[in-house]
Amino acid sequence: MKLLAFSWRNAKEILRDPLNLAFGLGFPLIVLLLLSAIQANIPVSLFEIDRLTPGITIFGLSFMTLFSATLIAKDRESAFLQRLYTMPLRATDFIFGYLLPILPIAVAQSVVCYLVALLLGLSLTVTILYAVLFIVPISLFFIGLGLLFGSFLQVKQVGGICGALITNLTAWLSGTWFDLELVGGVFKKIADLLPFVHAVELERAVLAGNWAALVPHIYWVVGYAAVSVLVAVLLFLRQMKRQ
Amino acid sequence: MKEAIRITGLTKRYRDVVAVDRLELSIGEGELFSLLGVNGAGKTTTIKMLSCLTEPTEGDAVLDGHSIVTDAIGVKRIIGVSPQETAVAPNLSVRENLELICGFYGFGKEKRKAKTQELIEEFSLQEVLDKRASKLSGGYQRRLSIAIALIGEPKILFLDEPTLGLDVIARSELWDVVRSLKGKTTIILTTHYMEEAEALSDRIGIMKGGRLLALGTARSLKEQAGKERFEDAFVAIVKEG
Repeated sequence: MKLLAFSWRNAKEILRDPLNLAFGLGFPLIVLLLLSAIQANIPVSLFEIDRLTPGITIFGLSFMTLFSATLIAKDRESAFLQRLYTMPLRATDFIFGYLLPILPIAVAQSVVCYLVALLLGLSLTVTILYAVLFIVPISLFFIGLGLLFGSFLQVKQVGGICGALITNLTAWLSGTWFDLELVGGVFKKIADLLPFVHAVELERAVLAGNWAALVPHIYWVVGYAAVSVLVAVLLFLRQMKRQ
Repeated sequence: MKEAIRITGLTKRYRDVVAVDRLELSIGEGELFSLLGVNGAGKTTTIKMLSCLTEPTEGDAVLDGHSIVTDAIGVKRIIGVSPQETAVAPNLSVRENLELICGFYGFGKEKRKAKTQELIEEFSLQEVLDKRASKLSGGYQRRLSIAIALIGEPKILFLDEPTLGLDVIARSELWDVVRSLKGKTTIILTTHYMEEAEALSDRIGIMKGGRLLALGTARSLKEQAGKERFEDAFVAIVKEG
């Protein structure tokens, strides 16, 4: 009940901020429409709708980091969180209360992306449903990252780190905007060591129904998600103790 | 008078800095006790320790039978805290803020409704009920903040600078609210406004450098310092200490 109450509150705080809706939902959709328009005029295999949509969906998830980190940093700065620490709530109520409500938002955002993609010509297959399901472990990575940064950064710093850095890393190192093979070298090696490209490749494989291609991407994604959530929990508990 | 709070040897050290130094204090049930002091006197650290936000380095405090060292959850069940910052959920309406905190105390639907209604009336929040907390005036935000602190029906209420930054009218209205709570709840108030402490408190403790310099009623402190005005008495006590 306490967890539910806290989760509802966090979901409302995020959804009632018009900037969150504009960036979290509007921005990825604009990019999807824009790149589809480019593809219509100058065909590029990377921007074909079945390859582009998974990438844009993952790009959209990077905003979950921003939402989650901003909410927690604001709660810390406004002493709202400190006040809640004087109430009979457990550490798990806080951690799951911040993590859980963003999951359905992430899934809903992906659903909207795939619905728009259908209008743009994506074939209606059952794999879309699976692709949406695979959003859950991927979004856990992004949400965990938000909890992590929100646990020690100030609101202004969150804007820079999560609003600029993470969204750009997700964009440039995911192989959505350009083929990483074309750049190659150190850039590709770094991209391969980070989860963004693996998340996109995982979504592409699921959407294509190519189950054999899930490996190794799923290991990277689940591994990064586990580490990000674990480190986030440890940092959150540390700041909780510091109060 | 039954004892609500018993503080013994309460100490907080941050590396070389002693924020609170062997504090000894007893506060009676239903008493309104004010903690005064200049910045860095140790008031907020004391409140943080008593509300289990910070662990003491040494010593203990027992709040209505619950030790802050060994029974933090027990303490949290009987206290309410209104921090210096308004600390409300900004994108939630006044009603939603109250209902949210009811949820944290595990209230069922009926009790949640009744408690919310009771506080709305007690704090005259009717006209701003559906307004988002971030859109409220400073006075209404403070009222909401204190109302939130009272949801758990606390036996002990901590009010940290409750009227900071409010205009004269809003402050006067908030004083009426605090007065209405006197006797029903034990209140620990920290403030920088001397007239506030004098007008509201049963007893006042003056802190400096983490130690309790003086303790008594406003009148007895004025007599002790040989001053007519309470503010002058406070200045004299702090300077001598």
